[in-house]
Amino acid sequence: MKLILALIKRDLTLSMRQGGGVGTALGFFLTVVVLLPIGIGPDQALLARIAPGALWIALLLSVLLSADRIFQQDYEDGSLDIMTMGPVPFEMVALAKAVAHWLSTSLPLAIAAPILGFLVNLEPSAILPLAVAMVVGSIALSLLAAIGAAVTVGLRRGGLLVSILVLPLYVPVLIFGLSASQPGAAPGLTTASLLILGAIALVSLVVSPLASAAALRSYLT
Amino acid sequence: MELKAQDLTCERGGRIVFRGVSLSLKPGQLMQLTGPNGSGKSSLLRLIAGLNEAPTGSVTLEGGGEELSLGQQAHYVAHQEPVKSALSVEENLSFWRDFLGGGDVDDALAAFDLSRLASYPAGLLSAGQKRRLALARIVLVPRVLWLLDEPTVGLDTASLERFVKVMAKQLDDGGMIIAATHVPLGREPDLRLDLGRAP
Repeated sequence: MKLILALIKRDLTLSMRQGGGVGTALGFFLTVVVLLPIGIGPDQALLARIAPGALWIALLLSVLLSADRIFQQDYEDGSLDIMTMGPVPFEMVALAKAVAHWLSTSLPLAIAAPILGFLVNLEPSAILPLAVAMVVGSIALSLLAAIGAAVTVGLRRGGLLVSILVLPLYVPVLIFGLSASQPGAAPGLTTASLLILGAIALVSLVVSPLASAAALRSYLT
Repeated sequence: MELKAQDLTCERGGRIVFRGVSLSLKPGQLMQLTGPNGSGKSSLLRLIAGLNEAPTGSVTLEGGGEELSLGQQAHYVAHQEPVKSALSVEENLSFWRDFLGGGDVDDALAAFDLSRLASYPAGLLSAGQKRRLALARIVLVPRVLWLLDEPTVGLDTASLERFVKVMAKQLDDGGMIIAATHVPLGREPDLRLDLGRAP
């Protein structure tokens, strides 16, 4: 466990010092959210109706933007080779790197998104449900992105492929995430959607380390 | 304890690089691996480390840790250095200490005369200094088998002497070293393995 924490701590330090991860993602998110009302026009009622969906899509795209970097550097400089020779199962290494991506990129975005919602006229009553749904959903987003990143780690310009591979996996997160963030929905629907979103996150938690580690191993050998 | 490799074959991209390579190594022995470019020196080291899979043959460490894989009892130093530019020299080593378990960072830094550079960002190191940092990792965490791929590239004379000292200590402590190199290691190897001509 200590080893895993050491790895997460290193990845967080790296992402903070290099400034690439969350900075780029947050900048991209902000760009989408600022440009959207300008593109749609000054119809406040329309904006308020599409606000949760727009914020979710911006979140998805921002996470994807930084996804291909999860394993890239460690693969190129040989750190991953040495991590396979460590005392912990390689699956735990893959999980730790996905968790570090969540902490450094997805979680800050999920927290910032509802706050930035005022730019797209998000109803105040929708802020809390959206925040809860996004924090839960962002876990799944990072874990699924890790699978895509691992599958394309050895490829130059793998970013495009990551998006295409991960896209279908993101659709359920988007559907249930959106359904969980509608405050005016039928009673029970929000809770049920949130529970399904949680289930998707938990399934990803199991599948992602196994799939990522298997994909990375096939590149290393 | 004895490292035994039998009848190893290496295949890369459908091409046989070498076949029927066997070796055995006892504690305190240094093996020098020679052969022209492309003869499979690096591949052989990766096979032994368990990083690649061999289509035929087997590698075993007799008398080693029962529950550990060979890779978990070996250090592998590759061409590229697993050094993070954004971390300081000391942070780089501290991470590997925490991740691989054990060792004293200060001693490892001193072994390659890096103490003065401890708080320096690793991105500012020269090629030779990065090499020393990569080699400091194998001093940091004690492991019985060292697999070194061109370990002396970029080292100056003083660092080479330190490296020879470090190797001597590993061998005296009952460790084993396999080094792939074209140039003299600064210490007469106990065994030589020539992978011969590239196919």
